[in-house]
Amino acid sequence: MPFNIYDFSTTTKAVDEFLKANMSPTWAFITELTIVGLVFLIFYAIVGLYLVYAERKVCAFMQNRVGPNRVGKWGLFQTIADLIKLLMKELITIKKADKLLYNVAPFIVIIASFMAIAAIPFAKGLHAVDFNIGVFYMMAVSSIGVVGILIAGWSSNSKYSLIGAMRSGAQVVSYELSVGLALVSVVIFSGSMQLSTIVESQANGWWIFKGHLPAIVAFFMFLIASTAEINRGPFDLAEAESELTAGFHTEYSGIKFAFFFLSEFMNMFIVASLAATVFLGGWMPLHIGNLEAFNRIMDFIPPIFWYFGKTIFVIYLIMWFKWTFPRLRIDQLLNLEWKYLLPINLVNTLLIAFLVLMGWYFK
Amino acid sequence: MQEVELQDILTAREDGDYIINIGPQHPSTHGVLRFVVSLKGETLEYVIPHCGYIHRGIEKMCERLTYPQIIHLTDRMDYLSAHMNNEAVSLAVEKGLGIEVPDRVKYIRTILSELQRLASHQLWWAAFGMDLGGLTCFFYGLRDREKILDIFEESFGSRLLHSYICPGGLMNDIHPNFQKRTKDFITYFRKKLPEYDELLTGNIIFEQRTKNIGILSKEEAVGYGLTGPSGRGSGFACDIRKRFPYSAYDKVNFKEILYNEGDTWARYKVRMDEMWESMRIIEQLIDNIPEGDFTAKMKPIIRLPEGEYHQRVETARGELGVYIISTGEKNPYRMHFRTPNFSNLFVMNRLAAGFKIADLIAISGSLDLVIPDIDR
Repeated sequence: MPFNIYDFSTTTKAVDEFLKANMSPTWAFITELTIVGLVFLIFYAIVGLYLVYAERKVCAFMQNRVGPNRVGKWGLFQTIADLIKLLMKELITIKKADKLLYNVAPFIVIIASFMAIAAIPFAKGLHAVDFNIGVFYMMAVSSIGVVGILIAGWSSNSKYSLIGAMRSGAQVVSYELSVGLALVSVVIFSGSMQLSTIVESQANGWWIFKGHLPAIVAFFMFLIASTAEINRGPFDLAEAESELTAGFHTEYSGIKFAFFFLSEFMNMFIVASLAATVFLGGWMPLHIGNLEAFNRIMDFIPPIFWYFGKTIFVIYLIMWFKWTFPRLRIDQLLNLEWKYLLPINLVNTLLIAFLVLMGWYFK
Repeated sequence: MQEVELQDILTAREDGDYIINIGPQHPSTHGVLRFVVSLKGETLEYVIPHCGYIHRGIEKMCERLTYPQIIHLTDRMDYLSAHMNNEAVSLAVEKGLGIEVPDRVKYIRTILSELQRLASHQLWWAAFGMDLGGLTCFFYGLRDREKILDIFEESFGSRLLHSYICPGGLMNDIHPNFQKRTKDFITYFRKKLPEYDELLTGNIIFEQRTKNIGILSKEEAVGYGLTGPSGRGSGFACDIRKRFPYSAYDKVNFKEILYNEGDTWARYKVRMDEMWESMRIIEQLIDNIPEGDFTAKMKPIIRLPEGEYHQRVETARGELGVYIISTGEKNPYRMHFRTPNFSNLFVMNRLAAGFKIADLIAISGSLDLVIPDIDR
C-alpha cells in the first residue's frame, strides 16, 4: 500500500507499547484514556471555534462584507475573544424554570456531539474507537442531541422556547429516517457498517463515483436531510430568529448558550465528516483510473489533508445553503420529508440493493 | 376585528388558548409593535395588533408649532418616506396660501420622492428577505440604499431625516453633483436589481412561502382602507400619483402596478415592479430640471387663511393625507395625518388568522409597516 507512510496506527501503537512498558496495565489504560480525552477536548474546542470563525467569514463573503478582522491577523482570534466574553457572562436562570433539567440540557446536547466524534476515522489508524457498527453508532448518538433540545425548550418555561423545541423534535425525528436510509445505501454497497472498512472499500474510487446515479442521489439526500437534522438554515426552524427570537435557547445565557452554539457547529462538522467518509472516500486520495503518475502524486498528500479537505468542502456547501436560502415553514418542512425525500430514498435504497445483487457497479 | 378586546383575551386564556406576545421587542416587528397572537399548535387563531408604544403626540405638538417647524416633525413619522411627508405638508400649506411653486421645485420634489421610494423599497426588500430567513438579502438591500443616502447626504447634509422640502419650495438648491450622481446611481441600480430577483424572487422556497398566503380581495382592501403597494397587490387602483397628480407626476409617463392575486407574493411583486417604474420616472426628469428659483416668494411668517385644507400624497407605503384646520394664526388649530401604515396594520387579523406563525411574519413584512408612522 503506497499510503503506509502515513499510517497513524504505528504511532499509536508505539505510544501504547511505551506506556505499557513503563506502567502497570491499569495505569497505562487510564493514561491512554486521559490522553485521548484531552486531545478530543482540545480538538473539539478548536474546531468548534474556528467553524464559527469560518461561518462568519463565509457569510461575510456572501454578503459583501469583510467579516471579523480586528482581533488578531484577519480576525483569527475573534471567536476566542467571544468565548472568553461568554465565559465571564452571568448565567441567568429563569425563576419558574425546572432547575435540574434547565441545567442539564446544554450538557446533553454537547455530550451527544462529543460522543459522535469518537467514531470518525480522521486518517488511517487515527480514530478513537473503530466500532464494527460505526454507522449505526453515529446515528444513535447524534439523535441523543434532540433530547437535550426538547428538554431545554420545555424546562425554560417560555412559550417561544417550547414552540422551538416542538419544531425541533418533529423535524429531527422525521429527517433521521432519510439520513439513515441514505447511509444504508452505502452500507449496502460496501457490505459493512464499520467506518474504517467503508473507507477502505473506496480505495479504488469513491462511492459517489462508483455507485452510478443512485449513489449521487443518496449523497444529495444525505446532504439535505442532515442539514435539516442539525437544525441549520434553510431548515433552522427550531431557532428561527425572525419568528421565535432564538427558539429553544432563548432563555439561556453565558456559557450555557455557548454550549448550544458550539454543539450546533460541531454537529455540522460531524455531518460533513460523515458525508466525506461514506460518500467521498474519507481520507482516501483521489485516484483516476490508470493515470499512474497522477495517482502517485495524490498518494503523497497526507490522508489527514484529504479528510479535512473533503469535510471543509461539505461544510462550505452547508454554509452556502444557509446564507442563500430563505427558511421553510414547518408544514412545508414535514411535507418535504414525508412526501418527497422518504419515498425517493426508499426507492433509491431498493435500487441500490438490486444493483449490488446483480453486481452492476464499479468494484 | 377590534371587537376582540382585552377582556376577550383574558377569557380566552381561561379556555386554555396558547397566547404569545410577538413584540414589542421582537426582531420581526421592525419597531415597537406588539401582536397578541393566539395559537392552536402552529396555527394562528387570531392576531390583535397593539400600537401606541412610540406615540409622541405629533398631531398635538403641531398645534403649537409654525408651519415650517411642522416639517421637522413629519420626518419622524414615516422616517423612510421623509421627503414625501415633507412634501405632503408643504403642498397643503401651498394650497392654503394659493401659491404656485416654480417648475424647478416640482421637478426636484418628484425626483427626490422617487429616490426616497427606491431607498424605502430597498430597505423593505432587505428586511422582508430577513424575515423569511434569507439573511443575505439584508446586506444586498442596504448596499444599494447606501448609494441613495450618499446622494442625499451630499445634497442636503442628512441621510434619514432631511426636512428639505418646505412650504414654498426647498430649503436650498441641489448640489451641482446631484444630477450626475443620480444618473450614475440609476445605471448602477439597473444592473443590481436583477440580482434581487436572482437571490429571492426565483427561489422555490420563497415562492412557497409567499404564494396564496394572506389573501385579501379587492373589496376588502377598499373596505380596510388598504393603500399603497399593499392595496395595489389586491387590485385596488389607489396610486395617488396617477389618480390625483401633484408636483411633476402629470408630466411623466409611468405605469401603475396592479396585481389581482392579493396574496403576499402579489404585494411583493408590486414593490419590485415599482422600483423599475421609479427609475423610469427619475430618468425622464433628471435631465430636464428647468432653471429657476428653488423657492417661491414667501412671507417670513406663514399664516394660512381661515379654513380647512387637505392634501394627499403617495408615500412608499400608501396614501398620506394631511388635514389642516386653520383659524388664520401662524400655527394650525388642528392638524391630522391620515397615515398609510395605520390603516394597513389593522388588516393583520383578516390576513393572518388561519395561517401559520411563520406566515404572520411574512404577512407583516409584506405590508411594510413602519411603526412610528402608525403611532405618530
